[in-house]
Amino acid sequence: MPDQDLRVAQRSQTQLVARRFRRHRLAMISLVVLLALVLLAFVGGWLWKYSVADLTPDESVPPSWDHPFGTDAAGHDTFAQVLRGTQISIGIAVLGALVATVVGTVWGATAGYYGGRLDTAMMRIADLVLTLPFLAVAAVLGHNLGGSWWLIAAVIAGLYWAYVARVARGVVLSLREKEFVEAAKAIGAGDARIIFRHLVPNALGSIIVNATVLVAIAILLETALSYLGFGVRPPDTSLGLLVSDAQTAVDTRPWLFFFPGVFIIVIALTINFIGDGLRDALDPQQTRMRR
Amino acid sequence: MIPQPGTKQPVLEVRNLVKHFPVRGRGLVRRRGGEVHAVCDVSFDLYPQETLGLVGESGCGKTTTARVLLNLQPATAGHVHYQGTELTQLSSKAMRRLRRELQIVFQDPYAALDPRLPVNEIIAEPLRIHGLYGPSGREDVRELLRLVGLTPEHGNRFPHEFSGGQRQRIGIARALALRPKVLVLDEPVSALDVSIQAGALNLLADLQARLGLSYLFVSHDLSVVRHIADRVAVMYLGRIVEVATADELFSAPAHPYTQALISAIPLPDPRKERARERIILTGDVPNPANPPSGCRFRTRCPLFAAHLTDAQRHRCTEDVPPLITHHHPTACHYTELSTLPALSGLSVAIGDDLPGSARAMRGREWG
Amino acid sequence: MTSLGTPVLEVADLRVEFRTDEGRVPAVRGVSFQLHRGEVLGIVGESGSGKSVTSLAMMGLLAGSARVSGSVRLRGTELLGASDKALSRVRGQSIAMIFQDPMTSLNPVYPIGYQVAEAIRAHHDISRDAARTQALQLLDAVSIPNPAQRVDNYPHELSGGMRQRVVIAIAMANGPEVIIADEPTTALDVTVQAQILDALRSAKERTGATMLLITHDLGVIAGQADRVLVMYAGRVVEAGTVEEIFYTPRMPYTLGLLGSQPRLDMRRQRLHPISGAPPSALNLPSGCPFAPRCPLAAPVCEAEEPPLTGAGGHLSACHFSDQLVGLEPGDLFRPVSQDSEL
Repeated sequence: MPDQDLRVAQRSQTQLVARRFRRHRLAMISLVVLLALVLLAFVGGWLWKYSVADLTPDESVPPSWDHPFGTDAAGHDTFAQVLRGTQISIGIAVLGALVATVVGTVWGATAGYYGGRLDTAMMRIADLVLTLPFLAVAAVLGHNLGGSWWLIAAVIAGLYWAYVARVARGVVLSLREKEFVEAAKAIGAGDARIIFRHLVPNALGSIIVNATVLVAIAILLETALSYLGFGVRPPDTSLGLLVSDAQTAVDTRPWLFFFPGVFIIVIALTINFIGDGLRDALDPQQTRMRR
Repeated sequence: MIPQPGTKQPVLEVRNLVKHFPVRGRGLVRRRGGEVHAVCDVSFDLYPQETLGLVGESGCGKTTTARVLLNLQPATAGHVHYQGTELTQLSSKAMRRLRRELQIVFQDPYAALDPRLPVNEIIAEPLRIHGLYGPSGREDVRELLRLVGLTPEHGNRFPHEFSGGQRQRIGIARALALRPKVLVLDEPVSALDVSIQAGALNLLADLQARLGLSYLFVSHDLSVVRHIADRVAVMYLGRIVEVATADELFSAPAHPYTQALISAIPLPDPRKERARERIILTGDVPNPANPPSGCRFRTRCPLFAAHLTDAQRHRCTEDVPPLITHHHPTACHYTELSTLPALSGLSVAIGDDLPGSARAMRGREWG
Repeated sequence: MTSLGTPVLEVADLRVEFRTDEGRVPAVRGVSFQLHRGEVLGIVGESGSGKSVTSLAMMGLLAGSARVSGSVRLRGTELLGASDKALSRVRGQSIAMIFQDPMTSLNPVYPIGYQVAEAIRAHHDISRDAARTQALQLLDAVSIPNPAQRVDNYPHELSGGMRQRVVIAIAMANGPEVIIADEPTTALDVTVQAQILDALRSAKERTGATMLLITHDLGVIAGQADRVLVMYAGRVVEAGTVEEIFYTPRMPYTLGLLGSQPRLDMRRQRLHPISGAPPSALNLPSGCPFAPRCPLAAPVCEAEEPPLTGAGGHLSACHFSDQLVGLEPGDLFRPVSQDSEL
């Protein structure tokens, strides 16, 4: 059986997507930079000679070999602080985006699959959530619930799931009309099987792209919350909190402000580029050619 | 081979099936704006091991009929009996059990297979759903692949790695996994190229002989139906207008619509094709949301336009012609007119003198 | 019909290559033919055979990723590589195109009468009123009922068949020398197809144009074409008069195509399918592209791709075309279904 007769080269869809992603240079560079940052934060933070709580005898020194990012007035090593802040910020953003994505996907897929009144009711609830002024509500919730990092993540998820739900519903609405869904019904598949085995996996491409962007949004939201004092609280720290603490030192000790700020920008930017790359790689239009 | 109605019990009896779709207006407030009468009072029987062709042009309701009788869409009215069970009233749970016996193959082999699942899983899914995927499940799937002319090695690949014809075979294997008795084939070869289509048609014929299946073969392509069907039901605008054995229908079509339909199909034979005279219907199929009163074909009917007296026309406008159940049911008030010898080749009688209704295309000399 | 003279349109060694993610895809691999005055040349082939790409390439309508080479001459004037401006003068005036989907040619936001009139005005300096009068006549010529009433309809208010008639009217508007119809009836029901074929024929007769009819439907070809090109894997594999192609094919693929076609005029019979599937343009076999599916294939077929040759006007690209004399499809292709398509 010669295989060359197959119309499409034997490559799984995942491989094709990966190949197209690799060719997106900006996204690949971003992925490498982001992975390096994450590695630095989680492994480097653990290996680094100073920990967050360590008070060094060096107070307010500019960046040096001993303190690459300098120190603050109390003698904390800023490098250790930034690494810890990155850990917390990324943790919050990833957990928040993950929960929002799972909840939103199930919500949106269910609404989209059943349609009718259930759809209307479910989507009105989602719309209601979307109309809330995010920052204000997050601030109030964050303030009242205390500053533990996973609670902040929960607040972010609680506000952003509706956004994912809308996307998931849109994708499912178009998938629902596909014959393979009817085929599943015809062989006796139940609703849960159709939603989770057929609809969600096929919607996953668009959902992943959105989840990626959501991580970037969550990083920025966390930053804003912590900056305003409604997010993570000392003694723990986050990138937002570091920026906030350093705002009085912009002129005198710019390194306190500069490094966490750069980290925030780099993380948000790279994640957005990765999202772009994923979107392009998942777009099936690219493989089509005109007959 | 061709079952004689009456000598056997039908496996599937469809009686007075009706399906209406609501039409919603656009705009902020979506108001109900009438109904599309997609399927209107459709009745037919499907006998064991026969192939019944259900043919018609787009919008005639043939696909909707197939969907409704499998309970993939709820019927508005009417009955579907499958071996003593009334399907239209079944709970979705009870229907799910019955799906083992009534299966469907879809038109578009590109859309009907979940692109995210490997072929093995696609074919195993019905077995898993019905708790039939036992220790021999793997072997069952391999056997199904062989049955439709694929090899077991194909099972690990994904649908996009196959050609259209192969995908259609995968769809057939999935439908056969539960060992159904009735297979609804919804335009199963329309999306395939001619050279591939022939293989799929032969496969379907072999499977029917081997497994004793009953086929409801839905298609717009009369050449294909001629090739595969024992009996044929012709639909127009939601109604069945004629039912006959394939031989009868193609050699002596009784309904003016069937006659026009058959005459419109080009033959892949230049001499015959150019010597033919054909009935060219005027106009388009009317909107099913607002079908003509009486006989739905009358607005395009060459017989109505040219050969009936006003009194006779009145009957066409007022009364719905019933599909009389005799050996060659035809829903036309004036079948005898269109089957009169002088009119049998309707095309001959309806010439250029009838510009308003139908024109015969004179066979051109070839040379 | 095939009496020669100066051809209206002459295509020589047309090649089209697409650059894609997967590499270079040769979609058309050296197609040559001539269109003579008043004839209907049919191109028949299955999906992916390159028949539509051929027509798009001739008109310079392919996307930027396509590399087109060869020559397309309209009465001696080279069209390939001509400027957009020169081409748009040709398109619509000398050569008109009709596609499968009428909505690709119609603008949804203008009434049909306006669109027909604009097509006339694009190439003729006449007043709006005069153009409108001509448009009405054209709509009438393609048998649109009550043209005076329909003239102000928008495309979405018409059925598919009516839209295709409007496209034919636009094609006729400037008395073209060549009408290229690419699967003009594929999207339509058979009873409407018969109407449209009728309209196409009268359009051709009224304008005296030459027609290039591209379709996958052997029945349409049998009824409409004078000469036929059979395409497979980007090449013409057989060319001849319609009778030669249908009654004495010289290429196994043509014979197989005829044997695969269920026919209305024959009782239930066993079909004779061609085993396998057409090759991917990405991955063409060496030698004759039909060899992997061909019952006559011999080592020479895999070694060299046969040229399109033959006596008189009947050409075929097969090393063994002589062996096909007098054969029926069933003599060559086994009527089995259990063969895998690989």
